Amino acid sequence: MALTTYVEAIRQGIWEEMEADERVFILGEDVGIYGGAFKVTEGMLERFGDLRVIDTPISESAIVGAAIGAALMGMRPIAEMQFIDFISCAFDQITNFAAKNRYRWGAGVPIVIRGPSGGGVHGGPFHSQNPEMYFVHTPGLKVVAPATAHDAKGLIKAAIRDEDPVIYLEHKYLYRRIKEELPREDYIVPIGRAAVRREGRDLTILTYGAMLYPSLEAAEALSQERGAETEVIDLRSLLPLDKDAILASARKTGKVLVVHEDTKTGGIAGEIAAIVNEEVFEYLDGPVLRVTAPDTPVPYSPPLEEFFLPNKDKILEAARRLVTY
Amino acid sequence: MVARPMTGQPKPGTVRAIGPRRPAPRSVADPAAGTRALVPDSATLLEMFHLMKLTRALEDRIERKLYRQGKIVGGVYVGRGQEAISVGAAMHVRRTGDDGHDDIVSPSHRDMAIFLLQGIAPRLILAQYMGRRAGLTRGRDGNMHMGDLKHRLVAFISHLGDSIPVAAGCALTFKMRATDQISFCFFGEGASSRGDWHEGVNLAAVMKLPVVFICNNNQYAYSTPTAQQFAVKRLSERAGGYGIPGSTHDGNDVLEVYDAVGRAVDNARHGGGPTLLEFETFRMTGHSAHDDAGYVPKRLFEEWSRKDPILRLERFLAEQGLVDPAAVAEIERRIESELDDAVTWAERQPYPEPSECLEGVYAD
Repeated sequence: MALTTYVEAIRQGIWEEMEADERVFILGEDVGIYGGAFKVTEGMLERFGDLRVIDTPISESAIVGAAIGAALMGMRPIAEMQFIDFISCAFDQITNFAAKNRYRWGAGVPIVIRGPSGGGVHGGPFHSQNPEMYFVHTPGLKVVAPATAHDAKGLIKAAIRDEDPVIYLEHKYLYRRIKEELPREDYIVPIGRAAVRREGRDLTILTYGAMLYPSLEAAEALSQERGAETEVIDLRSLLPLDKDAILASARKTGKVLVVHEDTKTGGIAGEIAAIVNEEVFEYLDGPVLRVTAPDTPVPYSPPLEEFFLPNKDKILEAARRLVTY
Repeated sequence: MVARPMTGQPKPGTVRAIGPRRPAPRSVADPAAGTRALVPDSATLLEMFHLMKLTRALEDRIERKLYRQGKIVGGVYVGRGQEAISVGAAMHVRRTGDDGHDDIVSPSHRDMAIFLLQGIAPRLILAQYMGRRAGLTRGRDGNMHMGDLKHRLVAFISHLGDSIPVAAGCALTFKMRATDQISFCFFGEGASSRGDWHEGVNLAAVMKLPVVFICNNNQYAYSTPTAQQFAVKRLSERAGGYGIPGSTHDGNDVLEVYDAVGRAVDNARHGGGPTLLEFETFRMTGHSAHDDAGYVPKRLFEEWSRKDPILRLERFLAEQGLVDPAAVAEIERRIESELDDAVTWAERQPYPEPSECLEGVYAD
């Protein structure tokens, strides 16, 4: 059976939801005739027309604001950020209008804001960011970050069907590097559920997005090197977090390492460490460790970016330290 | 008061008018360029008068009585002296009770009359101000921060320009559905300096969306006068920069507001796209109830109090033989009595339970 890339999985998910539900539409920069900077919306203009695939001015705040207004009128908008870095321009609409609307006056805002995130492609400071924690800190939003083609499709469909605003972070490094066989039938991946990618009893690695892959490599290396078996959990959703899955694995292994591409201070690893401490402290055999990017902007030049990004070796080094406790 | 011939007719089903039916404009004509005016009939004039009086009385209650008695727990922002804008404009909002037919309104913080006109009872507004569960936000938010989609009202947020793209998005939906609904978007001249305002107006202009942008230019944004807010002589000049029609009007003349908005509404309803309307008025108070507006020259208050929109309409109605002093006194008596009951009701409403803090962040 044919393999589907991560980017094609996103496209399929959006396409199928647009076929199934006429309320679903997409708006953003260059999503129409050009098919999106990464071709996520390729062919959609021809199929769905220019009232459902809308090329907008370069106005992220208006893109999200208009999506909010349309959602209030009963539509299901998908707002594309050409690069997720530009979501900062729409920060106010997202965090103050969309996120708080239901709580304030009961009017839900079912919008999806999606775009390519992450580094590894020499995009430099403004085409490589991981902005998740700005939004994880905002009650009223949901934040998801798929690592597999299966989840990319299942989560975009779940996000479109969700009654609340969802920030959907697609990792551009994975777009064409990840290929999988996908189910033929309609499916979703529920928001708020993690997935165990590798079972183990000695150590837990919690990660998401592109960092899943070096985490799995490090787990394999640790197994070969020391016979220690690492459980690797793909969080998939950052808000809400799957606390049950996190705590169950922490209880089982007693050793937790969190890996993310986002920078360290205020990254979700700190939040997870606090949850683990509060809930299962007595099960722990060692400190909760973090492997993350350093607290700098994402640099451009290859040696700098390589230094910036977590990788298998950095993860393995932390895992070795943790497993000795 | 601008004299105008008693001809022309607004959109049937929205308001009643005197005179022969005027064909609706179907091109992007400058709505201010026409010579014939939209003139409300007697019943509409009296409704507007009542609404302006009710708005003034309700806000006086809130600001000058309940706030000073400590019964309003947070901020109070009123539209005293600016009532003609929300009333004259919102009279054109189509209200039939059918979501697929009715217009949508995004009011701002000095637009109390819009809430009343869209069917929100004064007692619910008072409960909102008092932080009671019966308020439109169940105590989650205060004062004019309220909305209700059943009443076709979108709540604004304190970051005022944010409503502009949102109102454009409502209009985008109407365009996608090919209905003739329109989106009313209200804001002050201060909000027009926000980036969201420009992005929203531009998007609406580019996509030719059915939205009417209505600016209450009350000369001050908190303590900042218009000269420090924008360098154009009139805010409506900006319309040219977006390729849409725009015009500036006397915001203290409810008939002029009614006429200008009615034309823009007709234009938007028939595919002509957005219009930027600026209404000049004056904030007859501080920014909020705690602000004595010491930075505003006293002569301006005196000058503008002579242009009070309610007194002007009352004089016009008297000239037309539609009211006399006894009738006005009777209207005032009824309003005060209604508000007495509303305040009593609101004060009896319970506060939310503390644990309700946790509810309703998400749908599930």
